[in-house]
Amino acid sequence: MQLTGESMEKVAIIGVGVEGFRPEIRDLSYKEMVYQAAVKAYSDADINPREEVDTFISCEEDFSMGTSITDEYAPDQLGAAQRTVHTITGDGIQGIVAAYMQIKTGMFDVAVVEAQSRSSDIKTHNQIQHLAFDPLYARQFDAIYHSAGALEKRMYTSEFGVSEEAIANVVIKNHENALRNPNAAYGMRLKEFDVLEAEMVASPLRDTEISSSVDGSIVVVLANEKVVKEKDSNPVWIKGINYATNSPNFDTREWKKAKYAELSAKKAYQMAGIKNPHDEIDVFEVDDTYAFKELQHLEGLGLFEYGKAAEALMNGEFSNKGSTPVNVSGGVLGMGNAHDANGLQRISEIVEQLRGHAGRRQVKGAKTGLAFSWRGVPTTAGAVAILSKE
Amino acid sequence: MELRGTKLSNDEFLNKVLSVTYYPELDYAWATGVAITKFLNGLKEGVIYGTKCNECSRVVCPPRMFCEECHTPMNEYVELPQTGIINTFSLAYIRTDATRRDKAEIPAVIDIDGTTISPSGFLHLINEDTPHDKVKVNAKVKAVWKSPEERKGDITDIKYFDIMED
Repeated sequence: MQLTGESMEKVAIIGVGVEGFRPEIRDLSYKEMVYQAAVKAYSDADINPREEVDTFISCEEDFSMGTSITDEYAPDQLGAAQRTVHTITGDGIQGIVAAYMQIKTGMFDVAVVEAQSRSSDIKTHNQIQHLAFDPLYARQFDAIYHSAGALEKRMYTSEFGVSEEAIANVVIKNHENALRNPNAAYGMRLKEFDVLEAEMVASPLRDTEISSSVDGSIVVVLANEKVVKEKDSNPVWIKGINYATNSPNFDTREWKKAKYAELSAKKAYQMAGIKNPHDEIDVFEVDDTYAFKELQHLEGLGLFEYGKAAEALMNGEFSNKGSTPVNVSGGVLGMGNAHDANGLQRISEIVEQLRGHAGRRQVKGAKTGLAFSWRGVPTTAGAVAILSKE
Repeated sequence: MELRGTKLSNDEFLNKVLSVTYYPELDYAWATGVAITKFLNGLKEGVIYGTKCNECSRVVCPPRMFCEECHTPMNEYVELPQTGIINTFSLAYIRTDATRRDKAEIPAVIDIDGTTISPSGFLHLINEDTPHDKVKVNAKVKAVWKSPEERKGDITDIKYFDIMED
């Protein structure tokens, strides 16, 4: 299978706009919130959406938006009325993959991807999560939602001997990092006992290990090399990108390892020509919807043997001054769980870092970065993007 | 016509074929935002607001915070007349649950006077007591309101539109 696509044009991210993230955005409607992010992205990219964008992709789910065929309401706020638009019912990085491929065909020069979270519009969020379970079997049990995360955590920690202290330190690090990120909703300073003595939601998963929902929106502008040369933009190139789903069923899924991370990363590394991700990539943004997932995902991405990420964390390697900076943005724990927009949260931080615009969070000399998203329980779906300044 | 396959009675279909039933409880509370909040608060006071785009000069109703044509802010609110014309309508004899109505509901897209595009997208109802031969495209209509005490900042604060006599 040809994965490199060397004969075709390169694709860059040339603009990013973020509105939020905040626990609740009640002063703007969902359309108005996305409009604000879109205006910022188009200004960043130096692009007029009514004349210069060839294809628009929104990432949203009908249940989350509360509207059937919700893609019908995506165009106006993006400047996409009467234009080429479609929706992906998935994570923002899956949307980036679609935009990347559309530009690669040669049919489109400029593509726009949007994802949003409007958790505060949903009064029964747990019900929506519950509806993600298989209706014939798993959905019959009531306490299944965070329990599924708890079942995974127990399998992972007991198989690989990962301590509760290490997991608590993921929580501490990411909330502390969020204090330096103006787009993060949940910056705070915690101590180990704040995390470990919190209420058990579903043992061994504590309340503090579970990311809290937020409202917010991200719009990303992508372009081919021709447009990058014409525009006064600050491009970050997509070097490798992929996504994968393991079997999601409780009877057949892989419980201990993040197989979806392994599968998607393998192909993205191959595409980017990366042999040793730990040494060749400078900054990492990986899903930490549940705190233990940060460690498990880094291992699935091939940075460490399973069970070994905890030691690197405890040695301080994941701080923004460490050898392997992880979730310097605050991650999902610190920025807030934006559900389908989580992948674009990760992308936006990598873009900031590679442009050298991350302020006090800046990782010195960052040239290559990796963004990884997971779609949350009960899914076994992940997506990887490897971005580079060169 | 002779249908192929095995015929199931209602009882067999509902009670004899094993199935799993699940009733989702989904509640939403959408924030109305800048423009629609202005609109709904206006309705409570018996006023119909639109917005004007300073770029293309269009006036639209209901109001928007941004112009979808120009992708620029739309923040000039204008008070519109309570009259308009029927752009299109239907005599609807069926409800959402597919049961039949004896008396037609009359949904209509109404171009509020003072808006500059057609159709302006103001979906509402024509008084269902109107003789059907009076309901026509381009007929002039006027808003009929609930009493001020009944209004709550909702599109149904306007009960319906009445056809205006020539």
